[in-house]
Amino acid sequence: MGKYTEDELEKELETQEYKYGFVTDIETEKAPIGLSEDIIRLISSKKNEPEWLLEYRLKAYSAWLKMEEPTWAHVNYPKVDFQDIYYYAAPKPKKQLDSLDEVDSELLEMYEKLGISIDEQKKLSNVAVDIVMDSVSVKTTFQDTLAKLGIIFGSFSEAVQKHPDLVKKYMGTIVPYTDNYYAALNAAVFTDGSFCYIPKGVRCPMELSTYFRINEAQTGQFERTLVVADKGSYCSYLEGCTAPQRDENQLHAAVVELIAMDDAEIKYSTVQNWYPGDKNGKGGIYNFVTKRGLCEKNAKISWTQVETGSAITWKYPSCILKGDNSVGEFYSVAVTNNYQQADTGTKMLHLGKNTKSTIISKGVSAGHSQNSYRGLVKISKNATNARNFSQCDSLLMGNKCGAHTFPYIEVDNKSAKVEHEATTSKIGEDQIFYCNQRGIDTESAIKLIVNGYAKDVLNKLPMEFAVEAQKLLAISLEGSVG
Amino acid sequence: MVEAMENIASKKAQFLSNFLAKDTDVNSSLAKQEALKALENLEFPTTRDEYWKYTRVGKITSAKYSQIPSFKVSDISNYCIEGLETYRVVFVNGFFSEELSDISTNQGVSILPIAKARKENTDEIEQYFGKLSKHKTQFFSALNTVFNTNGVFVKIAKNSILEKPIHIINITNAESAAFNPRNLFVVEENAEVQIINSYETSSGSSFTNATTEIYVKEGAKVDSYILQNESDTSKQINEIDVLQESNTTYSATTITLNGGLVRNNHNIEVRGQGSETNLFGLYLTSGNQHIDNHTIVDHIEPNCESNEVYIGVMDDKSTAVFNGKVFVRSEAQKTNAYQQNKNMLLTDDASAYSKPELEIYADDVKCSHGSTTGQVDEEAIFYLRTRGVSEANARKMMICAFAHEILDNIKIEVLREMLEIQIDERFVLVESL
Repeated sequence: MGKYTEDELEKELETQEYKYGFVTDIETEKAPIGLSEDIIRLISSKKNEPEWLLEYRLKAYSAWLKMEEPTWAHVNYPKVDFQDIYYYAAPKPKKQLDSLDEVDSELLEMYEKLGISIDEQKKLSNVAVDIVMDSVSVKTTFQDTLAKLGIIFGSFSEAVQKHPDLVKKYMGTIVPYTDNYYAALNAAVFTDGSFCYIPKGVRCPMELSTYFRINEAQTGQFERTLVVADKGSYCSYLEGCTAPQRDENQLHAAVVELIAMDDAEIKYSTVQNWYPGDKNGKGGIYNFVTKRGLCEKNAKISWTQVETGSAITWKYPSCILKGDNSVGEFYSVAVTNNYQQADTGTKMLHLGKNTKSTIISKGVSAGHSQNSYRGLVKISKNATNARNFSQCDSLLMGNKCGAHTFPYIEVDNKSAKVEHEATTSKIGEDQIFYCNQRGIDTESAIKLIVNGYAKDVLNKLPMEFAVEAQKLLAISLEGSVG
Repeated sequence: MVEAMENIASKKAQFLSNFLAKDTDVNSSLAKQEALKALENLEFPTTRDEYWKYTRVGKITSAKYSQIPSFKVSDISNYCIEGLETYRVVFVNGFFSEELSDISTNQGVSILPIAKARKENTDEIEQYFGKLSKHKTQFFSALNTVFNTNGVFVKIAKNSILEKPIHIINITNAESAAFNPRNLFVVEENAEVQIINSYETSSGSSFTNATTEIYVKEGAKVDSYILQNESDTSKQINEIDVLQESNTTYSATTITLNGGLVRNNHNIEVRGQGSETNLFGLYLTSGNQHIDNHTIVDHIEPNCESNEVYIGVMDDKSTAVFNGKVFVRSEAQKTNAYQQNKNMLLTDDASAYSKPELEIYADDVKCSHGSTTGQVDEEAIFYLRTRGVSEANARKMMICAFAHEILDNIKIEVLREMLEIQIDERFVLVESL
């Protein structure tokens, strides 16, 4: 093995092309381009939605029209032309399928390329997969097993039809359409997403998983996820994303709402690997996501994310720790390369007594990328004995990239204990030297160090997901991993 | 809408009318012209500006002020540091007091009221004046740049080491006085100086809007202390802009013992290799006080080091804000930057807002920051009690020890001892809890 320097790694990183860039040829039904009230009515009628939901959409749309695009994030990008996007695209309706054999072979091929063949997943990993492809759920597995426990898990539009009461009761309670620009847009035009309800005291026996995939060119994807864990229940939800290579910037504005009632626990894991643009910063997904969870008494919400894709990431999974003794966690690895820009972090709002939160954020920046952590920890006046620990580390590769930390710490209660620490450094030459000394070549050493650096977060992922996450991390920083 | 705009405009005009001094000669300086232009365009900062997120300036901008001639102060021994020999520059309500000052200096050192210096040596002042201040973007900086009446001009010649510190004493004893002190320090190559800048208000709700520019030339050392001890209703905005050339050391310790509304903007530009920057701060708040410390350390050149520690103890219904920003530009390799903020809340009505920020564009750096907010460690209290210390005293010991961490950095021994005593006395109050 020849001498492998960081410069070479940097070069390899620059030339690393997006591996999953391919387009699957499936007929797609599209609404006319652009956004207007008519489009919203069209989406609503296509999905056969009840009147209240259409009204909700229209209210959100009129609120959105009055809002301004936020500019405070540490990212730069050409303005999105919201009239140049298709707001509805769905694969042509197929007849109801009973087994995997009946699924479009092209689709199956695509998932195989991704290494997430449903077949394998179904047999080996015991994961129920609700596949969202271009906004419409195509196939849902393991529905029966879940139904026996009273768990509702399926596409959002299906839930609107089958469980309108539940949807109406909880939708928009955590992220109201007035929340922010992208949340309003999503509320107006969302096409599909996932809905999950865990009844009282039920422990979901398997990992619930959705693979989102943007397929049609120029289609912004606006999914909406709502997870409700009733008293004393538990569920672990996985969300993973890959997208084909495209030159136009694609917009993605999702909303995720989690509700953990008394004594419930929700674990929400994300692997995000959308197309980040090529090495000159051309193309790539704009990812503007609003994710928030509410914890009632003794509840716990844990966010874990591995962010390696997207040209622009704007994402702050948050926890409202409303109930006493509730717990919020945020574990994140964000890798940016080439001209990617990420502004991500979390908000921990401590309202109840004895609430606890932990934030571990690990950023890796390479190439010309910018990687920012932006977080808020707020201890309100009544949150007696609240506790927070935050750690935000950044790793820099080369002097063309940037790593930034913008923590906001607001404490209004004297019994609170809040700690924040952050470090920024490069991979230590002496660390590499130590590895070399032990017969580990530089390439493996860098892999080892980056892996070790991200370990705290990767460890928090469910087993099934950790493998894929490690794969993605490896691809994002390939060259160092051999 | 139009009405609202006019309303804002008239509010600004009303506020500015407080400062229209007869001798404001704007044409005398480029910076003044720039600032006047900025003042026309800039509005009062609001909490919607990120830079002013936690501090409302309504208390400052809605009040009426009068610029009153100097009240007599006959005895300034209260304001001096006992046992410390210094050069002394005294301002009473913003007016230079010649009889209270002691600025007779040796060769190589000039300490002058800036108004006098401007008349005698216009070109030299113009060379430095307004080159660092943020008058183009910051309302209060612009206000100072246009309406400053007096302040101190200090110039230390090459290779001179000042044998005793310069003590600048700003005394306010008039109700609702408003003034804009403007200081300019030029420390030339390899010179060394210690400067103490104290702000004292005996009573009243005055408004002090100070701006200080400090040039630290190659190899020079500046050791600066800012002591703020004003009344509970006073208001102060204090901007300090520093330019460090290579191989310089700039250390500043800001001690805020009292003040109704205090906002410190400390901006350091490190434009030279091998430089060291030390910023320390201690703020003790009580009542309804609001104390806000903003710092920016901008590393432009490689091989520099910066240290920053700010510590605060908040009592009653007071609020403290810390916002530290460290920039490391892509050329500034081998930078070591360290930043820490520690807050202690004594009541549930007190608040602490902390925002330590890092913006880093270079890879071969070691940067870290930390922020903690908490209360007295109960286990430590328990330990002290097992050793026979009363609970009240144990608490006092813990709080004082917490605050003393900053005092340990003070290099002027008499000053440190004086502050230690002041702080220890202050927390006797804890005993009554």
